[in-house]
Amino acid sequence: MLPDQSVPWNSLFGRLSLSVLPLGSSPEDRILQYTFLGIAVIAVAALAFTTRQRKWGYLWREWLTSVDHKKLGIMYMILGTVMLLRGFSDAIMMRAQQAVAFGANLGYLPPHHYDQIFSAHGSIMIFFVAMPYIAGLMNYVMPLQIGSRDVAFPFLNNLSFWFTVGGAMMVMVSLFVGDFSTAGWMGYPPVSDIRHSPGPGVDYYIWALQLAGVGTLLSGINFIVTIIKMRAPGMGLMKMPMFSWTTLCTSGLIVAAFPLLTVSLFLLSLDRYLGTHFFTNGGGGNLMLYVNLFWIWGHPEVYILVLPLFGVYSEIFPTFSRKPLFGYSSMVYATTAIMVLSYLVWLHHFFTMGSGENVNSFFSLTTMLISIPTGVKIFNWLFTMYHGRVRFTVPMMWSMGFLFTFILGGMTGVMLSVAPTDFLVHNSLFLVAHFHNVIIGGVVFGVFAAINYWFPKAFGFRLDESWGKVSFWCWLVGFWLAFGPLYLMGLMGVTRRLSHFEDMNLQPWFIAAAIGAFIILLGILAFLVQIGISIRRREAYAVGNDPWDARTLEWATSSPPPDYNFAFIPQVHERDAWWDMKTRGSRRPLEGFHDIHMPVNTTAGVVIGAAAFVCAFSLVWYIWWLAAASFAGSVAVLIAHTFNTHHERAIAAAEVNHTERAARWDPTAGGATA
Amino acid sequence: MSTPHAASARPSFYCREDPGVENGSVIGFWIYLMSDCFIFAGLFTANAVLGTSYAGGPTAAQVLDLPGLALNTALLLVSSVTFGFAMLRMARADKTATLAWLAVSGVLAAAFVGLELHEFATMIAAGASPQRSAFLSSFYAIVGTHGLHVSFGILWLIVLMAQLGRTGFTATNLRRLQCLSLFWHFLDLVWVGVFSYVYLAGVLR
Repeated sequence: MLPDQSVPWNSLFGRLSLSVLPLGSSPEDRILQYTFLGIAVIAVAALAFTTRQRKWGYLWREWLTSVDHKKLGIMYMILGTVMLLRGFSDAIMMRAQQAVAFGANLGYLPPHHYDQIFSAHGSIMIFFVAMPYIAGLMNYVMPLQIGSRDVAFPFLNNLSFWFTVGGAMMVMVSLFVGDFSTAGWMGYPPVSDIRHSPGPGVDYYIWALQLAGVGTLLSGINFIVTIIKMRAPGMGLMKMPMFSWTTLCTSGLIVAAFPLLTVSLFLLSLDRYLGTHFFTNGGGGNLMLYVNLFWIWGHPEVYILVLPLFGVYSEIFPTFSRKPLFGYSSMVYATTAIMVLSYLVWLHHFFTMGSGENVNSFFSLTTMLISIPTGVKIFNWLFTMYHGRVRFTVPMMWSMGFLFTFILGGMTGVMLSVAPTDFLVHNSLFLVAHFHNVIIGGVVFGVFAAINYWFPKAFGFRLDESWGKVSFWCWLVGFWLAFGPLYLMGLMGVTRRLSHFEDMNLQPWFIAAAIGAFIILLGILAFLVQIGISIRRREAYAVGNDPWDARTLEWATSSPPPDYNFAFIPQVHERDAWWDMKTRGSRRPLEGFHDIHMPVNTTAGVVIGAAAFVCAFSLVWYIWWLAAASFAGSVAVLIAHTFNTHHERAIAAAEVNHTERAARWDPTAGGATA
Repeated sequence: MSTPHAASARPSFYCREDPGVENGSVIGFWIYLMSDCFIFAGLFTANAVLGTSYAGGPTAAQVLDLPGLALNTALLLVSSVTFGFAMLRMARADKTATLAWLAVSGVLAAAFVGLELHEFATMIAAGASPQRSAFLSSFYAIVGTHGLHVSFGILWLIVLMAQLGRTGFTATNLRRLQCLSLFWHFLDLVWVGVFSYVYLAGVLR
């Protein structure tokens, strides 16, 4: 099974040995040692704290084994934030390297290390920051918005989360045990094939993404079924809140796109492990097949990431303009149009493949077409604010920052859609600036808007405004300072992924970009301070069920919502169901409760996720017996789980009664006393 | 948006009785099958692109065993029919007959996988291994992935038979049988694609 017999291997530990650990004294190893020390200190402190507070049982019973969509949503958000810190460390290391590595100065990162950093940065930011964030938001908000008590498959939801964590663990472990991939976040062959990347790096990349991909696919299926089957009575599809609509479309994209990532990585791993010839130069392989398969997933993925945030903006603009969303139906049709069109543009990622003018023209046109529904959305948001009573809260500031930033990113996208232009800036910093422009401006701004918007719902107290504003301005200014120079240099022809430059004229631009990255760092720190301060002042910042005077059903229950979300499932009549309830003086019933059946927590998800991680790790290091054992183990646990028929627990009517009367309700904003 | 209604009588905004949620397992499984379809779509694409990349090695016409294929296909199609019989007996709540037909379906599918492994072994012995050429890589990938699916189907079948034997026709077991039935017929359908495109069209290319 071993393609390369020169690498030492034994049947017990595979290729694993002490020599793969960074124990040397080179600067590269020193960086890793200090990083490890830092992470170890934080981890030990966290473990000690949990032990001292005697919270292990609580953590296990209430969180890790939980099948509650709200708790899973929060855990996804925590995972996304932790990985954001890791991904951003990579970013700032790259910016620092490029700011100094000119002429005789080679910088502090050797090329091999630099290549790992940009590969890890991309993989982490897409799969383990953006994806957990959107999965977290969809998990937390969508079931509440459609007036249901949980998702359709609560156990599957827990399992999805642990698969995602398993993938994230793979990337983290690769930092200290062996190397990560140096083949970029797309892992193109031939760089990623076994001849050019014989080490464990690409295998870490493959299995990390495969694990996360399984988790995402299961989530996608789960959300679609939840929306189809579990909407509150009266909520027809065209009365569904926009965020839930975008969740539906994103989930559809996930189901139809992620299998193609699975296939491309599967075939790549066959090439690497078994010596097949899918993407090799010899043996009849075709490496452009990988590039095509990858981007047939990859372009829909862009919309998988951004659509839920479009949904977030579509909730925030109406709430803080005190108006219904402008052009609701056109928004729905625009979203579905984007969903379909996103499958017809993948080739614009490699116009330079040489597929000829007819093919390139087709993909040029479809790419330009996709800007039309996106433009519709932008105008709808603007018209929602027009004549509205706009409140400049933190979520609203993020949303307006998004409008400015994203429109410019969209315009450079249209520039890139013109194939001849694309030939000039292909693989340049212009492209890097463009996709950061839409992903930071669209996805990251939206995530922060969403966190500020729904935090009071999830925890019963709001986030600090001042630190929120500091974070916003640092991100906005930092973003433009970091990526403006990249646009300019890209137009001058500077290519991406270089760890060293000869042309000294470029240095001022790179220094400016590095300063921008440091300002973004301040923005991230301000966000952490914001969370910390708000937790300390949670008594003072306590809010009721509907602090923003919002419009959709998640605000119709207490903050935080009870386990069962709604004691009585809402009956929907209008589009903005909660606004309708408030304006028509609905009263929350306070008697006549009945038993509520909720799913029970399960340990199977954690165990299967852990086994999947062990299996993936063993495959990276060619430890065949452990891979087989852990795979068989996870299948066995799954089968055992299907024999367990005790799936539900009943919350007694008396307990519901108690919870409902104790739950925090805002007397000034509808709810119980409106 | 609610002002026009303000004057009208206040309707009910809460369901006093739980509206109840329909189980979504079957539609969820359908959606999973659609995603699995995309897995096979990717593998078919690979075969379409690489199907004639023989790299100086054997061509499809030289290595693919069509008489063996006929037997193989017959086994799988008949196992779909017998699975249908099992579902019919399930509708009559006849546990023994259901289990018997399920067992027959499982044995036929196992014979299919066995023949396929035999075909692989013969081909590899003749030098037509997955490493020989891109065509062969794509052939083994798609046929092997299908075979792996069938193997997992058999494992699932055994587990379900045990559960059916233990607890009888509970709502859960009925739902699971329905899903497995979908899976079984889906794999049959994919096989129709494999034998007509990868085998028959492959030999003609």
